Amino acid sequence: MKRVITATVQNRSGVLNRITGLMQKRQFNIDSISVGKTEVEQISRMTFVVEVEDMQKLEQLTKQLHKQIDVLKVADITDHAIVARELALVKVVCPPASRSELQSIIAPFRASAVDISKDSMIVQVTGDSDKIEAFLELVRPYGIKELTRTGVTAFLRGHQPQTADGNTYSLITN
Amino acid sequence: MKVKAQAVQERNPAAKVPKTGADLFVEALQAAGVDTIFGYPGGAVLPIYDALYRAEPQFKHILTRHEQGAIHAAEGYARVSGKPGVVIATSGPGATNLITGIADAMMDSLPLVIFTGQVGRSVIGTDAFQESDVMGITTPITKHNYQVQRQEDMPRIVKEAFYIATTGRPGPVVIDIPKDISGEAYQTAVSSHAIHLPGYQPTTKPNSNQIKKLIQAIEEAKRPVLLTGAGVLHAKAAQEVENFAKHFKLPVASTLLGLGAFPASHPQFLGMGGMHGTYAANRALYECDLLINVGARFDDRLTGNLAHFAPEATIAHIDIDPAEIGKIIPTSIPVVSDAKAAIEALLAEESSATASEDWCNHLQQYKADFPLWYNNPVQDLTPQWVMQAVHKATDGKAIITTDVGQHQMWAAQYYGFDQPNRWVTSGGLGTMGFGFPAAIGAQLACPDSTVISIVGDGGFQMTMQELSVLQERRLPVKVLIVNNQSLGMVRQWQEFFYQERYSESLLNVQPDFIKLADSYSIKGVRLDTQEQLVQQLPSLLQSDEPVVIDCRVLRQENVFPMIAPGKGLHEMIGVSR
Ligand SMILES: Cc1ncc(C[n+]2csc(CCOP(=O)(O)OP(=O)(O)O)c2C)c(N)n1
Ligand SMILES: [Mg+2]
Repeated sequence: MKRVITATVQNRSGVLNRITGLMQKRQFNIDSISVGKTEVEQISRMTFVVEVEDMQKLEQLTKQLHKQIDVLKVADITDHAIVARELALVKVVCPPASRSELQSIIAPFRASAVDISKDSMIVQVTGDSDKIEAFLELVRPYGIKELTRTGVTAFLRGHQPQTADGNTYSLITN
Repeated sequence: MKVKAQAVQERNPAAKVPKTGADLFVEALQAAGVDTIFGYPGGAVLPIYDALYRAEPQFKHILTRHEQGAIHAAEGYARVSGKPGVVIATSGPGATNLITGIADAMMDSLPLVIFTGQVGRSVIGTDAFQESDVMGITTPITKHNYQVQRQEDMPRIVKEAFYIATTGRPGPVVIDIPKDISGEAYQTAVSSHAIHLPGYQPTTKPNSNQIKKLIQAIEEAKRPVLLTGAGVLHAKAAQEVENFAKHFKLPVASTLLGLGAFPASHPQFLGMGGMHGTYAANRALYECDLLINVGARFDDRLTGNLAHFAPEATIAHIDIDPAEIGKIIPTSIPVVSDAKAAIEALLAEESSATASEDWCNHLQQYKADFPLWYNNPVQDLTPQWVMQAVHKATDGKAIITTDVGQHQMWAAQYYGFDQPNRWVTSGGLGTMGFGFPAAIGAQLACPDSTVISIVGDGGFQMTMQELSVLQERRLPVKVLIVNNQSLGMVRQWQEFFYQERYSESLLNVQPDFIKLADSYSIKGVRLDTQEQLVQQLPSLLQSDEPVVIDCRVLRQENVFPMIAPGKGLHEMIGVSR
């Protein structure tokens, strides 16, 4: 199953290495990682999308992350109300004759053409992973020359509906 | 160049040398209350060794003859004293020579603070002479690591490293110090000495609900067992655990590293569990309906095939590291806590439950019917008999360090540890070469104790260069070589599982260990018969000089009982003659 996990970390050198190394050592499959600064100086936030077999493995992962000295907070936010976004840049084959046709695909996805040359167009599309997949399906027939994706970054929504089950690693806190 | 022999001899009183980053380092070690450090100099740590020379600090520096010797010595020191072991090595090869010991300390949760030199900051990343990526290499095998980027951070980083290494679940912390950081004079004032670790708050007090749940489980259990691991020793909770076991009349099984946490001679003690554990301990782990694990991590050498480990039991697990709970075995009563605090909380519940007499008698019967056994000829030395003789000659009070292999298992089975922190062995990593240097560290930590290093003829050859340290310091370590002229444990597996194809496991050519000892001005004695041993061993072990004892034991002796790899606790072989 796919899980979205966020971690806030002290922004010290080696932190990213320690965390990705840990995931490799413990044999977790990472779909994507995104890292960036937060509103607090010296604190970064990481978002992982991981593929885990079961809840036991997932609990191991969050505990192992939590154990790292520079990790401040770990949360599995998959089952919460979240905003998850990814950005993709796609260079699509696009002779002048296809431009308007492509534009008509771009518009409903609220994607935008950020660069146009004589035979290609770079499109920027933002959204959750499903939306990006759907968009890529549509432009694939035109020919994708290059593709790059940032990986998911995610947040809890401001309002959380009440759910029964708590956090899976709650035994850390008393 | 003119050689100034005199200058090498004499201490050159500090000429006016400006204070450097290395002086900050020495001050930080003094502030940490260090009394002994183990190390080896080299280019990138020259400023540090110069500062040590100039400062004439309170602590001793032990020059081992290989960096691996230094780090295993630090591990031995830490294991018996509970204090952090401190190591210094130079960059590149010095640092990489430490790797085995760092990994060993990580696996066995030993508090170490390790300082490595690094090339100057301006050339880091250029494949400079003796550069190695210490941060990259040590990240997966340290609790934490640092590279000092600014001189003014030195005091804080050193303080944090000692704090991290010794609190929560102990472990090794590496501090990598670029040469310009240690070598240059410092101008800037120190930024702050205060520890700043917002992401590190180990839970040390148990959750009271979990304690109540565990008490209830004990009250309801028909077949409870207490499993003691090294966590008990780290928490200095042996007395509390003993009280707890007695109070509830719990049968006790131990892990390899937990030996000494509960007295071996106590009637409730069933022995060590696992691959070479006793029948009684393994049956108890197999048949129990409540398993109370205090500070053990369910290593595969203990559990055997997981499908057959405590199949009917409710699992309660007390551990200071939450990530250990549920890692191997689903756990219904998790208690994240220091072992001492948890046991005290359990005792404070004042429950009057006790384990059923039937269950205890049942296990006592196993103990009586299937004790450890070996065939003992009249003349020849059997290794098991040697271990018992060592016990007798030392009244069971010695500090025993071992290497890895058959002799390690025999020492674990037959020495019978009644006291905590007297047993020093490499459990998790199973590191040959560990035992002898570890004894040096243990002897330095406990100068008045008898320290015996029980080693194999194979493993001793991996770190025997440290005989120099015994010679130089006249440390009275007793090296007892269980000489079966083979890599015995490997030979045993080849006998059982590879149809006696003894591939590269027979040591037909060996050094003369007596002459070897002699070349270090250390007394060496060879023992071939029981009679010789009975006559000589007591005085050899009581001597206040170092001794090397080459004990010629039967070559084809095997460690029994045994659980073959992949088998369960109920499938032991060699249980009786
Ligand atoms: C560094 C290292 N290399 C290899 C091994 C694999 N190994 C485990 S036990 C053993 C044999 C040890 O022989 P010896 O030291 O003579 O002890 P014995 O088993 O004979 O008592 C070996 C090679 C190991 N544990 N550590
Ligand atoms: Mg041997």
